[in-house]
Amino acid sequence: MRLTDTLRFARDAATGYPMRTTLSVLAMSIGVAAVVILTALGDGARRYVVGQFSSLGTNLVIVLPGRSGTGGFNPANAITTTPRDLTIDDAGSLRRLPTVRRVAPLAVGTSEIAFGGKLREVMVAGSTAEFIPIRNFTVAQGQALPEEDWNRGSSVAVIGAKIREEMFGANPAIGQLVRVGDRRLRVIGVLGSTGQGLGMNTDELVIVPVSLAQAMFNSNTLFRILIEANNRDAIPGAKEQVMETLKQRHRGEEDVTVITQDAVLATFDKLLGALTLAVAGIAAISLAVAGILVMNVMLVAVTQRTGEIGLLKALGATSRSIRLAFLAEAAMLSAVGALVGYLLGQLGAFALRQFFPVFPAYPPDWAVIAGLSTALATGLIFGVMPARRAARLDPVQALMKH
Amino acid sequence: MALIELSGIERRFLLGDTTVHALAGLNLQIAAGEYVAVMGPSGSGKSTLLNLLGLLDRPNEGTYKLEGRDVTTLSPDEQATVRSTRIGFVFQSFHLVPRLTAAENIALPMTLAGIPAAERNKRVALALQDFGLENRADHKPDQLSGGQRQRVAIARATIMQPPLILADEPTGNLDRHTGEEVVNLLEALNAKGVTLIVVTHDQGMGARARRQLVMEDGRLKSDSTAADISNLGKISG
Repeated sequence: MRLTDTLRFARDAATGYPMRTTLSVLAMSIGVAAVVILTALGDGARRYVVGQFSSLGTNLVIVLPGRSGTGGFNPANAITTTPRDLTIDDAGSLRRLPTVRRVAPLAVGTSEIAFGGKLREVMVAGSTAEFIPIRNFTVAQGQALPEEDWNRGSSVAVIGAKIREEMFGANPAIGQLVRVGDRRLRVIGVLGSTGQGLGMNTDELVIVPVSLAQAMFNSNTLFRILIEANNRDAIPGAKEQVMETLKQRHRGEEDVTVITQDAVLATFDKLLGALTLAVAGIAAISLAVAGILVMNVMLVAVTQRTGEIGLLKALGATSRSIRLAFLAEAAMLSAVGALVGYLLGQLGAFALRQFFPVFPAYPPDWAVIAGLSTALATGLIFGVMPARRAARLDPVQALMKH
Repeated sequence: MALIELSGIERRFLLGDTTVHALAGLNLQIAAGEYVAVMGPSGSGKSTLLNLLGLLDRPNEGTYKLEGRDVTTLSPDEQATVRSTRIGFVFQSFHLVPRLTAAENIALPMTLAGIPAAERNKRVALALQDFGLENRADHKPDQLSGGQRQRVAIARATIMQPPLILADEPTGNLDRHTGEEVVNLLEALNAKGVTLIVVTHDQGMGARARRQLVMEDGRLKSDSTAADISNLGKISG
């Protein structure tokens, strides 16, 4: 039997029993759609988190005071180590490193802001002019902090979008004098609104020069030093050099922790990648179930068409022809099911993206390919048994059943 | 040389714990171009004989030579090839594939044999004409009358131009008039040189054949031509 004839025969056989065919195609398509949608969800979560981390800034190297492996709060560390202050001069010394593009010291604290009888609590970040480009913030109105000697803080502030809204309403904010803590500062800029992110919420932030913040909070140490490396490849080198420089400045003691954004990102990436794989594995079970259903449907087909198989044998069909015809039918059912499922899955992922625009629910290519090929493979593998049964039928018995 | 040569054929079935001899010690020769009717009561072994001749069944013992070639020892696929090219079947219940049109049903043996579509269409068009089915080519079997269905089945049986046609009660499901038409068609094929073997209950139909085999309990009870030969002093088995 020619291949095209086999395929046509299988197609006609499949369309000859619409109910049976529809059900098995449906089962297979649900399986594939599940793989596509679930991996889109998993991978979407991964991309979302990675994207949020990237929005902290690119090629970031972060210096924390104190020696700690992870940078988290460890009670044991708090007792056994007495970290040396991380000073503005420490940060300044890093500016000379060849692999470093920008450096921003960061001191934070909470204070209150007052203007025209209104008062509210705010997060104050003390930093320098380069803080805004390093963190990928935008200035919506006015200007950023002035370029000046880091130890001489002018009495200026850049405020977040929500603060401007609450304190000034429709009135212009630029040039106004506000009180922050016990200082009177001139508002020189307003940050662009970023909304809720993984990092600081800049909408409720007030940025002031770093030395001013230290004076306000009566502290000499920095909360962080943010460093932007020249490029992605320079990150390990920058980390090394930063560590070395600070060690020298701190009389040979490694009393700071240097972390790279990459390391944090990689951890999350790995974690959520594993999650996506697990979800894909769960979805693959539904594919196996669909494969078993195709097998059942094909077994029913063999029983239903026993007489026809007997006839085909009487008309000179070889066992191979019959086996191939039934295999082709099973393959078609799974192929069409896989295709429909793929379209359904993409539609579902599209709907997800429409409802949650911040969530990049795109199914990863590997999942789509794996889903489709698993569907085809299960269809074929589970089609073998019914096909062999059909080919082995005794023609005399089969003809009598017609 | 005889077209069909059966010698010492035994076919036993196990029914529960008793062995039924469907065919026992059967010897038979049929020459090319003969018109043979196989008759006998139910369970006499007629159908078993036909299945055996059609290579749908294998004997437990004995040899079956078709066109001088021992076909009992062939592999299933070789037997399939023999069925495809040398034997045409006509069944009592037509055995048409319900989802295929009349033309596709007629073309089925050629499709299975891997004959190209162009050649198939040519031969099907010719067959449709020969059997008066030109206007029924695209009809499904359930849109055809019983007589038309059997004509489609006969067209299908002859499309590969086999030298042997086996018909199992070909008029069993037809009224007398259409039955007559079908028999005429089969006899016309025989007149062109095709060997025709018909299993039938119908005495009238059996009488039209030039040779009658009567079966009983798996044995040949009488053979009209063999009887003639035995009259000449030969002993029939």
